[in-house]
Amino acid sequence: MIPVLLISVPLVGGLIGFFIKNIQSGRAWSLFVSLVVLAISLWGLGLPKGSPMLAHDCAWLPDLGSRFALGLDGMGQILCLLTALSFPIIFIATWGDTYRGRAWNFYALMLLSQAGLMGVFLAMDALVFYFFWELALIPVYFLSSIWGGEKRIQATFKFFVYTFLGSLLMLVAIIILYSHTPDHSFSLASFYKLKNVIPGGEQLWLFWLFFIAFAIKMPIWPFHTWQPDAYEQSPTAVTMVLSGVMVKMGLFGVIRWLAPVLPVGFWAWGDTASALCIIGMIYASLVAIRQDDLKRLIAYSSIAHVGLMCLAIFATDNIGMQGVMIQMFSHGINIIGMWIVVDLIERQLGTRKISELGGLAQKAPVLAILLVIVALANVALPLTNAFVGEFLLFTGVFVSKATQYNVVFTVVAAVTIILSAVYTLNMIQRVFFGDTNALTVKARDLRMNEKMVLVVIVLIIVIVGVYPKPVLDLTKETVEMLVTKMNYKP
Amino acid sequence: MNAIIISAVWGIVMMFSGIVTEKGSVMRNMAVLGLVLLFVGNCLELTGHHFFSINVHGMLYFDTFGILANSVIFGATLIYLLLSGSEVARIAAKMPVAECFALIFFVLCGVSLVTTFNTLLMLFLGIEIISIPLYILTGSDKRNLKSNEASLKYFLMGAFSTGVMLLGIALLYGASQTGTFELDDLGIGKAPLSPLYIAGILLLLVSMGFKVSAAPFHFWTPDVYDGAPTVFTSFMATIVKAGIFIGFIRLFDEGFGEDKVKWQLFVAIITVTTLFIGNITAVFQQSVKRMLAYSSIAQAGFMLLALLGLNGIAKDGILLYAAAYSLATIGIFAILIRMKDYTFEGFNGLAKHHPLLAATCTIFLLSLAGIPATAGFFAKYYMLSAVLSTGHFLWVVIFAVLCAAVSVYYYFRVIQAMYFKDGDAQVIEAGAGFKGLLVFVAVVILLLGLFPNLLLDKLTSLAYTW
Repeated sequence: MIPVLLISVPLVGGLIGFFIKNIQSGRAWSLFVSLVVLAISLWGLGLPKGSPMLAHDCAWLPDLGSRFALGLDGMGQILCLLTALSFPIIFIATWGDTYRGRAWNFYALMLLSQAGLMGVFLAMDALVFYFFWELALIPVYFLSSIWGGEKRIQATFKFFVYTFLGSLLMLVAIIILYSHTPDHSFSLASFYKLKNVIPGGEQLWLFWLFFIAFAIKMPIWPFHTWQPDAYEQSPTAVTMVLSGVMVKMGLFGVIRWLAPVLPVGFWAWGDTASALCIIGMIYASLVAIRQDDLKRLIAYSSIAHVGLMCLAIFATDNIGMQGVMIQMFSHGINIIGMWIVVDLIERQLGTRKISELGGLAQKAPVLAILLVIVALANVALPLTNAFVGEFLLFTGVFVSKATQYNVVFTVVAAVTIILSAVYTLNMIQRVFFGDTNALTVKARDLRMNEKMVLVVIVLIIVIVGVYPKPVLDLTKETVEMLVTKMNYKP
Repeated sequence: MNAIIISAVWGIVMMFSGIVTEKGSVMRNMAVLGLVLLFVGNCLELTGHHFFSINVHGMLYFDTFGILANSVIFGATLIYLLLSGSEVARIAAKMPVAECFALIFFVLCGVSLVTTFNTLLMLFLGIEIISIPLYILTGSDKRNLKSNEASLKYFLMGAFSTGVMLLGIALLYGASQTGTFELDDLGIGKAPLSPLYIAGILLLLVSMGFKVSAAPFHFWTPDVYDGAPTVFTSFMATIVKAGIFIGFIRLFDEGFGEDKVKWQLFVAIITVTTLFIGNITAVFQQSVKRMLAYSSIAQAGFMLLALLGLNGIAKDGILLYAAAYSLATIGIFAILIRMKDYTFEGFNGLAKHHPLLAATCTIFLLSLAGIPATAGFFAKYYMLSAVLSTGHFLWVVIFAVLCAAVSVYYYFRVIQAMYFKDGDAQVIEAGAGFKGLLVFVAVVILLLGLFPNLLLDKLTSLAYTW
């Protein structure tokens, strides 16, 4: 019941949104719908585990063996909560942004992308998963291409082709897995039984068909080249969706659809993939230090953070996996916080160039305080939510039994923490402190709605940072189940 | 049988009705009426109502697959005539009006022979009945040099490929021990395959490949499709191509299916070449019409995967593919006909001035690209699935998938022009009926994309329950 509502409410809300031919009402309507979705998601969170309300299963394509099966386990809960939480935050934070042309379509498309994302996180059937995986992309493509920056058409097109290519390879892999299932079914349960059916040699190449799709989405070096352009050119509200929620699709895909289904391939390529993650982390951090554009800086820092999460998945350890769960949530919240600040600066001053800014703290003290907290969370300082996550991630990688290079991986990956402090603090220093210049002297402090969302974000950051137990409890069972399935001992 | 006779008779009726009236609109309505009759007659045959009992001596074989294929093709033609019939009447004004419509019915008669043939002679007859009216339709814009060139080119190349086909049939006849043209007897008792037999199969492969514009026998396609009046390009690229494809599958499945290991490698090479050439060349086109010509080559490459699968999924899939591809392409052509400028720039800003046309066109393009929730996705899915379930030719599948990603480039160029670029796309105003029909086609595409079994199940179960 709840899964169906989580998908259908934003879907129907979005479709209705196309016909509200008025910008103010369209915006209010989409905020209302997204709040309803949040309420449903919280309702689902309150239900006991295994409640029949949390699953839905009905016939869809009986000939093909595909059922419209949805379900909410611990991992689904936390990602659906992230999706449900981020859309109202995004709508409120970008309330003042203006979009040219038929702007009500913007809000309608945003809701459609939310429906697609929910579907991805809820799907318990491979074909349904693939459907939503693609459908989440289409609204985002239109959003970025219509309302994006100057080079939007090329940038979003690159993004679209990249992800479409990846997902087609995944489709091939899904069909092959399906042809192996004894009961000719796409269901997750049948796929989980395949690990002993598919010979190890075949798993080795099937792994890549899946992994390329997920690696493009995350993105993992060297599949990341679409990402900085797409983030830079998209309107900020869409960038928030892309970086806050959509990159989680890749991580989620590996955890749910790749690692437990093909444990041999996953284990065999673990070191290779981990090496890619680490190269990406170092590379992205170094590039971030050199960026002058705020959006690009955050885009690269996101590559580094996601790389760490992916590294921990390949460590195949309970602690690390718990870290991935909590960090997926935290990273989404933190990066949306960062984007809100960038959006504020750009809207007021018309520039994102770090070199043209300075001294904002004098003009906007509240903004400065809130940003510093979000930025410290980005560096994973203790008492922030990211600290919990990253601590668990590093512990997981360090104690990992899946690889013999665990110490090397941990040490090299830890370097990126220092690098992230370098670029984040450097950014704060150059944007907020120092002398004001002709441009920044006009800056004003936060408006009510902006203050509200930033305070909510800071509250989440601190609460999860101080008391992460409820979140960890939520995902504990799922993580244990998944890690047992993922583990492979030669 | 219903389809063959109704289409032939109605073609003759249409031709002679030219004596009574010369008005295009009357002709168009008559043609629509004829197609409704044809469609209904054919569907009734599916449920066991045979209007004509003629002993065909095993020359034709009316199985569910063939008749279902006919239904799909007639349905697509009906939508085609409703959307673009007035344009046919306009072009046809340069010829005796009635004849253009009559020729369309003769083509359909040929198609229904090709979908139900049981001997090579009938296949040959069907292919010829399809081709000769098409040569005329291609050149129907008499004062246009490009149309004339296309017609001549098509005729010369088509005649050549017919020759190749005849040679292939002759060789197969010689190779068969009993001297037969019947599909079922061709492949039997050929434990060591004679070179004659292999040569015959390859020649047939080449000539059929020519007819469905598979590379490297595709060279006529872009010029002919570009030169022919746009309405007839739409007809050739969809309905005719789908019909011949059904015959292609039938021939190689029932005739040579048992020896498939011997010839499938050739099909695989042709498939890969077709996909590669079609997709890569389409990328460089400046005119949407020419892009659609290359896209039809690329889509033919995908349909050829059915020949590598050669199983139940492939047969279901080719029906779905024929429906999905024909509907989407007919829709796009119907919009294209109304554009003043056929280049990509001509579509700039269409969404702003004609949101409905742009939205339906987007759905058609997404379907051709194979995005989920459109019929094109399941069409492609069935093709990939048919080949993968055989366990061979994984490399062809991977290649096909890479090409599908390339195809996004040129389909999305149109979407980009319509939605993201500024301009004032010039469109001939369309009536409410036209728009309503476009929306109907778009809804059918979306429905098939969510529930493909609507087409496959319902029709087959209907055939069994009666």
